[in-house]
Amino acid sequence: MNKVFPTAQAALEGVLFDGMTIAAGGFGLCGIPELLIEAIFDAGTRNLTIASNNAGVDGFGLGILLATRQVKKMISSYVGENAEFMRQYLSGELELEFNPQGTLAERLRAGGAGIPGFYTRTGVGTVIAEGKEHKEFDGKTYILERGIVADLSIVKAWRGDPSGNLEFRKTARNFNPPAATAGKICVAEVEEIVPMGALDPDKIHLPGIYVHRMIQGEHEKRIENRTTRKKEAV
Amino acid sequence: MAEGQKGWDRNQMAARAALELRDGMYVNLGIGIPTLVANYIPAGVNVTLQSENGMLGMGPFPFEGEEDPDLINAGKQTITELPQTAYFDSAQSFAMIRGGKIAMAILGAMEVNQEGDLANWMIPGKLVKGMGGAMDLVAGVGRVVVVMDHTSKHGESKVLKHCTLPLTGKGVVDRIITNLGVLDVGHKGLHIVECADFVTEAELRAATEATIVD
Repeated sequence: MNKVFPTAQAALEGVLFDGMTIAAGGFGLCGIPELLIEAIFDAGTRNLTIASNNAGVDGFGLGILLATRQVKKMISSYVGENAEFMRQYLSGELELEFNPQGTLAERLRAGGAGIPGFYTRTGVGTVIAEGKEHKEFDGKTYILERGIVADLSIVKAWRGDPSGNLEFRKTARNFNPPAATAGKICVAEVEEIVPMGALDPDKIHLPGIYVHRMIQGEHEKRIENRTTRKKEAV
Repeated sequence: MAEGQKGWDRNQMAARAALELRDGMYVNLGIGIPTLVANYIPAGVNVTLQSENGMLGMGPFPFEGEEDPDLINAGKQTITELPQTAYFDSAQSFAMIRGGKIAMAILGAMEVNQEGDLANWMIPGKLVKGMGGAMDLVAGVGRVVVVMDHTSKHGESKVLKHCTLPLTGKGVVDRIITNLGVLDVGHKGLHIVECADFVTEAELRAATEATIVD
């Protein structure tokens, strides 16, 4: 079975539909599936529910799907970098479900692992707990959070082999593995597809069983907040 | 310094917060003043900084021209790695937070109250950015230290009997470090640990709406 597709558009052929739920990897603009997001923009798929820690920025990442109003609902932990997002949310055009970051990560992991729900201390006593089942374990209160199973996962990795085994680089791993597992279909974009056997089996971060389709492409990898220090004169 | 500046500035607050660190601790520093704490880690104290986007062993900012888009902290700032650095995914990152493996979090706050409730993520109708990892951190780490200005721009106390903003966590704060001093959350109210430079106990009490017991 061939998992490697020539373009993002080809890799998404037949898997997009209006009203679908998509789990997307990335943290801020780091490790986001920028090529697949562009392909969804081009496809014009609408009424999307997107589970992603952040929502991109104006004009890049998931921000481009917000500008075209393709997104009905975001499930995110932090959306502070996106003015258009804020405008649509405050005017009621966009639904937003805030999830604590760890709860979102675990909801994706659980969904992909066949676990429909889990109890967590996170959010107890806050608005996040409202309407959720509370249960006491060993004298402490926990709330029930549900696993997320998405129609599609879109993720970005550093290197992959044709069987779909993926290797990530530094903090660009972030939400990509849990998001990948949460989808009924997972499409991955990588910087380089290497020959079978070129990846060390002991260093594979996401086994190919989770990855159904993949592409290789050029990534802009935009930096959101460039911070540096000066080299001290010797 | 007969006429010193009353209270601590941002860097002095960060330096005071750094005294909370103990050798060998795994620590998460929040955005803002807590980030500055890394500049004041006492000599002989080795701590490992966790960045909740998936890293243990966070290093300083890179030299100009050496920024790596694949290497950022939770504030999306470019950073560097250290010899002991480890990377992992977000589910693993919050497993170690939720699982109590992180000894301490030092976080900013908009409001805190005498029962240790913390509000630092949302101002209804005004600021809607999200809680990020703050709710997970306060629910999971061993000890929560809050660093904040004692009063608002209008002079109103931010150390309250009851928080007015949506909470990040209930009964989660252990210690409060402000520009005016250090307070601990006790069973019946706050305890004064120390006053900031040139701040009297009476001034600290007067600026605090919360109940201070001894």
